[in-house]
Amino acid sequence: MIQLPQLIFEISRNGKIGHGLGASKVPAEPALDSGQIRAEIADFPQVSEVEIVRHYMALARLNYSLDAGFYPLGSCTMKYNPKINEKLAAAEEFQAHPYAPHDLVQGNLELMIRLEDWLVALTGLAGFTLTPAAGAHGEFTGMLIIRKYLQEKGDPRRVVLIPDSAHGTNPASAHFAGYEIREIPSSAEGIIDVDGLRPYLNSDVAALMMTNPNTLGIFEKNILAIAAALHANGSLLYMDGANLNALLGVVRPGDLGVDVMHINLHKTFATPHGGGGPGSGPVGVAAHLLPYLPVPRVVKDGDKYGVIYDSPYTIGRIKNFYGQFLVIIRALAYLCSLGRENVRRVAEDAVLNANYIRKKLEGMLDLPYHTATLHEVVFSDKNLPVKTLDIAKRLLDYGFHPFTIYFPLIVHGAMMIEPTETESKETLDEFIAVMDKILQEAREQPELLRQAPQQTPLRRLDETLAARKPVLKWRKGENL
Amino acid sequence: MRYLPLTDIEREEIKKTIGIDDTKELFKSIPADKSYFDLSAIPPALSEPELIAAFKELGRKNSFQEYLSFLGAGAYAHFIPEVVSYLSAKGEFLTPYTPYQPEVSQGNLQAIFEYQTMMTMLTGLDVANASLYDGGTAAAEAVLLAVRKSGRQRVLLAESLHPEYIAIIRAYVQNLPIELVTVNLNKQDGRVDLRDLQTKLNGATAAFIFQSPNFLGLVEDSGALAIASHQQQVYAIQVVTEAMSLAYLRPAADFAVDIVVGEAQSFGLSLGFGGPYLGFMTAKEEFLRQMPGRIIGQTKDLDGKRGYVLTLSTREQHIKREKATSNICSNEAWCALRAGIYLATMGKEGLARAASSSHLNAAYFVKKVASLPHVKVVYKRNFYNEVLLEIKKGTASAFLAVLKKNKILAGVPLDWFYPDVTNRVLLAFSEVHSREDIDRLLRLMGECA
Repeated sequence: MIQLPQLIFEISRNGKIGHGLGASKVPAEPALDSGQIRAEIADFPQVSEVEIVRHYMALARLNYSLDAGFYPLGSCTMKYNPKINEKLAAAEEFQAHPYAPHDLVQGNLELMIRLEDWLVALTGLAGFTLTPAAGAHGEFTGMLIIRKYLQEKGDPRRVVLIPDSAHGTNPASAHFAGYEIREIPSSAEGIIDVDGLRPYLNSDVAALMMTNPNTLGIFEKNILAIAAALHANGSLLYMDGANLNALLGVVRPGDLGVDVMHINLHKTFATPHGGGGPGSGPVGVAAHLLPYLPVPRVVKDGDKYGVIYDSPYTIGRIKNFYGQFLVIIRALAYLCSLGRENVRRVAEDAVLNANYIRKKLEGMLDLPYHTATLHEVVFSDKNLPVKTLDIAKRLLDYGFHPFTIYFPLIVHGAMMIEPTETESKETLDEFIAVMDKILQEAREQPELLRQAPQQTPLRRLDETLAARKPVLKWRKGENL
Repeated sequence: MRYLPLTDIEREEIKKTIGIDDTKELFKSIPADKSYFDLSAIPPALSEPELIAAFKELGRKNSFQEYLSFLGAGAYAHFIPEVVSYLSAKGEFLTPYTPYQPEVSQGNLQAIFEYQTMMTMLTGLDVANASLYDGGTAAAEAVLLAVRKSGRQRVLLAESLHPEYIAIIRAYVQNLPIELVTVNLNKQDGRVDLRDLQTKLNGATAAFIFQSPNFLGLVEDSGALAIASHQQQVYAIQVVTEAMSLAYLRPAADFAVDIVVGEAQSFGLSLGFGGPYLGFMTAKEEFLRQMPGRIIGQTKDLDGKRGYVLTLSTREQHIKREKATSNICSNEAWCALRAGIYLATMGKEGLARAASSSHLNAAYFVKKVASLPHVKVVYKRNFYNEVLLEIKKGTASAFLAVLKKNKILAGVPLDWFYPDVTNRVLLAFSEVHSREDIDRLLRLMGECA
């Protein structure tokens, strides 16, 4: 039985020291009035170095992680994070100050241009900004670009169309860019069809935000016709590239009529998710939108690299400095390791693995859409004696992280499974066998699933209590 | 390829199971004339040794590390204890996803709960979120938060905010019905012009957002600014770009500031050429249900044991979609975890030492530089760890170029941000600078005359 660690504040003792900082050798002559200087921080931790290590190692043991096992979260692309990339990103020579004179950071600037070149080659778009901090930040940036472009043409328009299968960030991002959202229903095939789209197209429509392949794992096969219909209407096509892993080296979104797209370096390009970030969400655009990209822009000038801080049509600055630079290093290292020999194999293996799981599970679970799928597959809990949540929690007892649950919203009790290409067939077979076993348990002893998990350090946590009476920090004597 | 575990035999087995002969069949929904594009423009794969060599080569094109640096202006060099790097690099912390399954994520959840607690201790405010992208976007989110909470659409921005932060706020609200009004700097003391603030405050104003220590390094009179704002029921938002100052200066809560946001890169994150960093947000309790970003809360499990979960998620995009308080999904969770490790390791005594040392080094420089005839400290009072220096003859860039030849980066020239200001330099000091470093800077500045 794993012992639950105390909070760092609870192991703190007066007088313990965890740091090795030396004493200051300048005179202790503050230049501020004593009224501007704070008293000591009450109850701030005092813990020795060895106890710090033990505390965090105890916490580490409570985490499931990609390094520990299979993580089939749909649309999250939990692929293996190469270890060499961590070492490269931590190298001292890349840790410059962001305002260092450009001649002292030519390597860093070159590195960013090299990743941009890779992204251009893989997407067929004209140019990229690497500054957005995450996928949703990229969506927001993309929407600002679209709006500014249309505004320059005389009318920013009012509406952005978003399919009902879209991730929640899409409507939120478009909303913060000043747009109204209109939801487009998916067809019986689980995609957008042109005839279904047409009634929504009018002079108010700025853009359609399309995830492709969509969150059902289905490629939007009408994309060329959709792009043509949008463009004829003076509207733009935004592609959410969260699922680019399915298309890597197979098709370039720029060849499909896409005007703007973001990609997630922490998904497709194997940078670690870090328990929820940092991510990185570069945005690529077709040629007519290049002038609107955010600043700063790294540029190559002869054999030197420089930075442009302002340009006449830019949407402005959306993040400090140059973006998530250390994430950018990891993504470039990943792509250099793959090379032309392997980029396509990433998509192929990811799609093979997902279809293998689909084939093996489709006899056991309800498959709401029978359309061919790429890198992920979504099942529903229809006709099951238990809920999706119960199956997910039971998976924890068998040592697997669950798939994404209850998303997309258009599938009842959705179970969204994305294995990625970095899982072996042996792992997939184990997962499939465990799912078979769990579904048998569901029929024979459903209570077992409703009581799951049993094997984890904590059992089901009361989220209602957490939200109703929020306890968001430790307070002396109050967090028992 | 070592990241692709399927063997050719297994690929064949999978194809057979799913009933295809050729992998291409899986992609047949993609327009045929567009798929399987020519890959010849893509560079060939590098072996692991070749990869290391290629990045060494890129690293060699950087020479920043050879310089003694006094650069700051929103990104600060501070000492990072080795345990911080060691622990935060553990795969158990680096490679999980967002903790949607709390039963197997207690490590991250508890670590960030501890981080939230320490951030509230530092600012004195009631609640902290689990992170935002960086200081600039945190400032923009704070503006949106105040607008949502107040129902008012006018926001005052201090001229002495970091220019990048102002730019980010402007970009964020460019399509929203929010009016931004600048409150001038009082050039006499380098801080907010209180009279100008009072003139511009009115009953239609949602918030006044200022930075302290401000972009010129000066500690604002937060109390006076908050009082003036509150007289018109306007929220006072303080931005902090140098989080280390939180451990030295009177906390914002003492001055009734409503929201404190900013950049916590100083808490254990490497300079990293600007990112990833750590946006933080702390606020009075009344803002809680309108706050953006993830929040970790304490609860109990089925057996009554204490545990932690993501909470108040009805604010968020995956539930509320376009009505969410923010579009943020991936945040800077690992950076927050790392900052928590840093704060716990430095502890009450170590953090106070680093924070006071940063100020004392700046104070030492200001005292000593007074003897140099060709430069002048513009504001001799109210600075924390950054000092604005005026070059009496010639331009700042010429002055800096001479020092650079001597392997010193003696600050950020202000013309980087304000093209007209050609004779001023902003220097940042911290505990990483020894007395000898500062003496060397002074000596070489002396020789610049």
